[in-house]
Amino acid sequence: MTHINIASLEVGQEIGSHTFHFTRDSLVRYAGASGDFNPIHYRDDFAKSVGLDGVLAHGMLTMGAAVQVAVNWVGDAGKVIDYGVRFTKPVFVDANTGADVLVIGKVGAIDLENNTVRIDLSASSAELAVLGKAQAVIKL
Amino acid sequence: MVNPNVQGKKYPETAPYLVGREKVREFANAVFSTNPINHDLFAAQAAGYPDLVAPPTFAVLIQERSLPAVLSDPEADIDFSRVVHGDQRFIHTRPIVAWDELTSILEVASVKSLGAHSMITFNTEIFDRNKDLVCTAISTLVVRGE
Repeated sequence: MTHINIASLEVGQEIGSHTFHFTRDSLVRYAGASGDFNPIHYRDDFAKSVGLDGVLAHGMLTMGAAVQVAVNWVGDAGKVIDYGVRFTKPVFVDANTGADVLVIGKVGAIDLENNTVRIDLSASSAELAVLGKAQAVIKL
Repeated sequence: MVNPNVQGKKYPETAPYLVGREKVREFANAVFSTNPINHDLFAAQAAGYPDLVAPPTFAVLIQERSLPAVLSDPEADIDFSRVVHGDQRFIHTRPIVAWDELTSILEVASVKSLGAHSMITFNTEIFDRNKDLVCTAISTLVVRGE
């Protein structure tokens, strides 16, 4: 059950936004939770040795956090039936100051027949889009 | 360059992965989830689920278990040190919940070249104990050219 009435929605309507603050702790926590221990996500020396400007967040962390805007709107993580993103730019996470990722969700499409809504998510860090075509289909 | 002949190749089913409640909570915390059904058993059950619901990107854990077979396949010839994650998508038949026991089968959906780079797309089908499809994880890796 959800509190959202599909008939009241309009394409382009904003459904929520959130600024996620990533720190090195966030990256280590995600590494442990996901099992992705690639050192580009926690070691500056290693990141530099492979030609990166610094340690960057796991793309999957950005993807996993961004969808929370849609989850919080519908109130039920199990209603996200299809979620895809393109990784367009890395999120560099400074050891001292971290990084902010701003996520804004908007209604992208409404399917009355199937009772689904596509939420389009924009995610940016340091004013650059870090995800492209981030779309979550929600079953209402 | 990734060998285009592996397009259509399927790899053996992975060993079962038992989804633990604490793993669901740990993953939910790591992706900044505050949704009660990811954390609170009673909230999940009140919402009609048999146990804690995993966040929408949790299936990446199962996908990751299917990848080593292809990444280490000499026929595919993928240089993992040059791999960048390009795209990711999860299509769910139903959400993953705690105490699911999941297996997966990976198929190489496509291999494309883009100048010196290769793009390889995997479809990983994830099944429950009853062999019902739970999720299809679609991942595109970009392998940078020399």
